[in-house]
Amino acid sequence: MRSNRVGWLMLAPTIAILGIFGIVPFLYVLYVAFHQWNPFGANPHMIYNGADNFRRLVFDNEFLTSIAFTLKFAFFAVVSEVILGYLLAQLFMREFPGRGLFRTIHTLPLIVAPIVVGSVWRLMTTPSIGIIPYLLKSWFGYDLNIGRDATMAFALTVIMDIWHWTPLVTLTLLAALVSLPKEPFEQAQIDGANRWQIFWHVTLPMIRPAILATVFIRLMDALRTVDEVWMLTGGGPGAATRYLGLHIWKIVFPKTDYGYGSATSIIVLYLTLVMCWLLYVALVARRDQKRPS
Amino acid sequence: MRANRPVFSILLWTLLSLLTLFPIYWLFVISVKPAVELFTTPSVLLETVYWKNYVKVLGDDTLRRYMFNSIVISTGNAVLVTVLAFMACYALSRFDLAGKENIFFWTITNRMAPAAVFLLPFFLLFTQVFTIGEWKLYDTRTGMILLYCTFNLPFAIWTLRPTIDAIPRELDEAATVDGATTWQVIREVIFPLARPGLAVTLILTWVFAWNEFLLAATLTSFNARTITTGLSEYVTTTGTEWGTMASIAIITLVPALLIFSVVQRHIVAGLTFGAVKE
Repeated sequence: MRSNRVGWLMLAPTIAILGIFGIVPFLYVLYVAFHQWNPFGANPHMIYNGADNFRRLVFDNEFLTSIAFTLKFAFFAVVSEVILGYLLAQLFMREFPGRGLFRTIHTLPLIVAPIVVGSVWRLMTTPSIGIIPYLLKSWFGYDLNIGRDATMAFALTVIMDIWHWTPLVTLTLLAALVSLPKEPFEQAQIDGANRWQIFWHVTLPMIRPAILATVFIRLMDALRTVDEVWMLTGGGPGAATRYLGLHIWKIVFPKTDYGYGSATSIIVLYLTLVMCWLLYVALVARRDQKRPS
Repeated sequence: MRANRPVFSILLWTLLSLLTLFPIYWLFVISVKPAVELFTTPSVLLETVYWKNYVKVLGDDTLRRYMFNSIVISTGNAVLVTVLAFMACYALSRFDLAGKENIFFWTITNRMAPAAVFLLPFFLLFTQVFTIGEWKLYDTRTGMILLYCTFNLPFAIWTLRPTIDAIPRELDEAATVDGATTWQVIREVIFPLARPGLAVTLILTWVFAWNEFLLAATLTSFNARTITTGLSEYVTTTGTEWGTMASIAIITLVPALLIFSVVQRHIVAGLTFGAVKE
């Protein structure tokens, strides 16, 4: 048995870096969350105000709407990406000429910077210069103006997210599908199962961990989306696309309400953690069930 | 079912590829148009190509500096993160450390924090705490390289762990019985087998660092500014220089594109974020 000291030594730099750049700022935010602090406000000093910030949050309509919109956004985006990503991964399992090229093309959006993605979609949808409003107008006589239409603005942020992140889901699920053993499928076909039965009873149970892992990372990132939406809609019209990341940014920066912004992020972080933890538990529970002890 | 209808697959993928490529193509179209033409009827085809936006951007010393900074920061960060994650995953996978699963989950919680509010503590730490005499971590490439670990290191650990876990323990044990040291086991057994996973980790963390915007915008001013931040400097609520912005965006895309096209065939083999293989 090797000494565990070597193991701890190898883990030490990771713990040190994440400790300094993760725990220290977190404790600081937690500390500020219990204070009233607006350095550019009437009273620039930090004043301890107990749980006032948190009490204010419970009745803060802007915050509650932002949570609702963010969850709606994350739900529509992640569900569409997983379904679409799975179908595309299945399509890539077939042999056809040019598969490698198509896969490269399909993967392209992944490497585009979020800020660039936001810019591109803004270029395409801004009423005076964009191609999408122009085409919709000339083909269907429909006036697309995401500066005014809240539903369309919401839908566009979801479509943009699907364009950007479906490739990640496709790649992860493709990696999982490729590594599956062949025998269960052959057996199911011998037994006369149809495609739906094969998917439901053979494929799905085997790639469930990969799907959960994908949902896990996508959900985590969808909940903290800022750059793209900021560029595309700036959170508007009204507060229709003011998702949590952007909401916090607006409290902290233009308003410089540091205390309240810190309290908001503590709660948001907590909510994200709980959701991801539940998914993680589902993931690990499955792994332990399957692994012979 | 398989392999007998390639025409259908090709048609479908051609259509999907057009949908995928169109936004990037449109970005290019905007980047090669003079500003006055933007507000005329949009046209998908290019009649004339106007390179002035690129000439302006590439001839700009400041933007070239931002570009260089981006290269140094993403490369430095990707290498650092991959090495640290490799060591950490080996430790998590092969040693019986107390509470290691909790440490594993804790690493990813660093990626869940909404970046916006952590800007404030980072800003104070970088300007007032991490200083040596006159020297500050604020607006340095070192600072950004270390800072990007907060979101890249957890991702790298979660991507690599399944790869390392999947390497049979019997291989290390056999090597140890033959008298190999831990270092030799890592170098001769684990490293070669983990190479696809390591390559993917390196590339993806490089791209994430290259693409980061919010932290760079707050924690750098000039010396360590990155190209994504430079891009946003051309977008204001009143007058956006669409053409300049689009050409910087295209330039931002190119290095990521080049690196990616070289390694993309390894990506599928190595992408195993959190996935558990039996």
